[in-house]
Amino acid sequence: MVKVQLARIADARSGDKGEGSNVGVMARSDAAYTFLKSALTPKVAGAAMAGINRGEVKRYEADRLRVLNFIFADSLGGGGSASLRTDAQGKTHGLALMRMELDVPQAVLDATPELGKAP
Amino acid sequence: MPTKKQVTIANGQGFWGDSILGPIRLVREGPLDYLTLDYLAEVTMSILQKQRSRDPKTGYATDFVRMIGRVLPEIVAKNIKVVANAGGVNPLACKDAILEVMARANVRGVRVAVVEGDDIFGRLDELTAAGEELRNMDTGAPLSSVRARVSSANVYLGAFPIAEALALGAQIVITGRGTDPGLVLGPMIHEFGWKPADFDLLAAGTIAGHIVECGVQCSGGNYTDWRSVPNLAMAGYPIIEMRPNGEFAITKHAGTGGLINRSTVLHQLVYEMGDPRKYIGPDNCADFDSITLDDRGSDRVEVRGAKGSPPTDTYKVSISYQAGWKASGQLTICGPDALEKAQLCADIVWKRLEYEGCKFSEEERMVEYVGANVCHAGFAVPHANEPSEVVLRLGVKGPDRAKIERFTYELVPLVTSGPPGVTGFAGGRPQVQEIVAFWPALLSKDKVSTRVQVFTS
Repeated sequence: MVKVQLARIADARSGDKGEGSNVGVMARSDAAYTFLKSALTPKVAGAAMAGINRGEVKRYEADRLRVLNFIFADSLGGGGSASLRTDAQGKTHGLALMRMELDVPQAVLDATPELGKAP
Repeated sequence: MPTKKQVTIANGQGFWGDSILGPIRLVREGPLDYLTLDYLAEVTMSILQKQRSRDPKTGYATDFVRMIGRVLPEIVAKNIKVVANAGGVNPLACKDAILEVMARANVRGVRVAVVEGDDIFGRLDELTAAGEELRNMDTGAPLSSVRARVSSANVYLGAFPIAEALALGAQIVITGRGTDPGLVLGPMIHEFGWKPADFDLLAAGTIAGHIVECGVQCSGGNYTDWRSVPNLAMAGYPIIEMRPNGEFAITKHAGTGGLINRSTVLHQLVYEMGDPRKYIGPDNCADFDSITLDDRGSDRVEVRGAKGSPPTDTYKVSISYQAGWKASGQLTICGPDALEKAQLCADIVWKRLEYEGCKFSEEERMVEYVGANVCHAGFAVPHANEPSEVVLRLGVKGPDRAKIERFTYELVPLVTSGPPGVTGFAGGRPQVQEIVAFWPALLSKDKVSTRVQVFTS
């Protein structure tokens, strides 16, 4: 196991969903997706985002696309124009989650290209 | 029925406020059958409704009229069809403005269509009397609980009325509220004769529409591997090359900047996504996980295999209502000890307000120290506790406008009555703003009828 940031094996994009936000986590390899599907549970992701999200965490899986889609239900400080936060649309939440640290098997790292490197 | 082997559709506007260069460059830089433009967000509808209540000739996206003024000769010469939800809450007035632009430019014989039926603001009481409770989809509360404060109500219409307008020979189609993907799905339905029960084809068009709806966000903007994106300044806006069988390519005009590959397209696919297996639209449900994305090189991604299913029997309705007031402002605080001094400044503001009997609960007030890890709160970020300077942002909200107003007077005084090194007050006192909240609801489809009218310049 090697401690790395989620950004080592996945990409992300986020946006708003009502009073919450979604973070689409795109695994960069099959091995990374299989690993994340079991390791990056809603509970684990929710704990990492606890400084941003105060609501429930829901996870959807898109196996063919190798995407885990997280919904953080109360992460904007109020939805629409009710938010006073700098990031009222959750634009930065994807990059936030990418900072979380995970213990990843070496085999998964070997099978997963770094950002910007060819597979 | 299909006569064309392929139709080329580009989206030149991701939201109201997106760069006018998008549509201008798209019509100049390469071949195009259709140009779509998305101007409406939920907040926009409420603003437009307010404008219209003051002046019956307003209530639409004026940016669209300005844009058409600049590209009119080219879209007429190249016969590019334009589909835009620029009508806002007053599509007929938008049409009048467009016809006026054409008259001034001496452009005659161009057909402009208007799609109406989405605006149910004036019908709310009739609809609730007929048993439509318009309950909040998130909280379950009936609309009656906020009825007096409602400022706009619009149905997300589908793509078939747009196809109907195109079939009537329109070169420009102006709609009110509809789904963003519907703007590109309408032309596909028209060109290929897709039917309401062609769920897989409609899903393909919906997915294509979702991929391009935020403009450059699928061609290199807001992309994780941003260093790999060439010439982001002149990034090409995304183009769909759709074929009658629902297979399509996402690409951009040759010679433009930006980047399109499997990853940039996937990034946009997951944007604002809910359940990837069931993307619910007015015309169909689409399964995002049914598709394959294949890199073809040279900024081209091939998309195949889209699967869809029947739509629900309700339309989604976006209702906005007045939900109080807010204000926020900022000051810049330099080091040494920037963060500690900023914390003192925040404390001073709340204490001075309390002296005036003006107290805000934790829920009603916001403090941010921008530069000391605001966006990624809770994550370990280097140097978050020792920034060389911070931007202090303070904000409050609540139902009492006078209380919010009182807050706005206490920020700037810190320049002379706080710790040393406080600046950045050039904006003066913050403005009190209305909070517009949203009420997502569902409405039986049989309660909504659409109308398409065609006018000629």
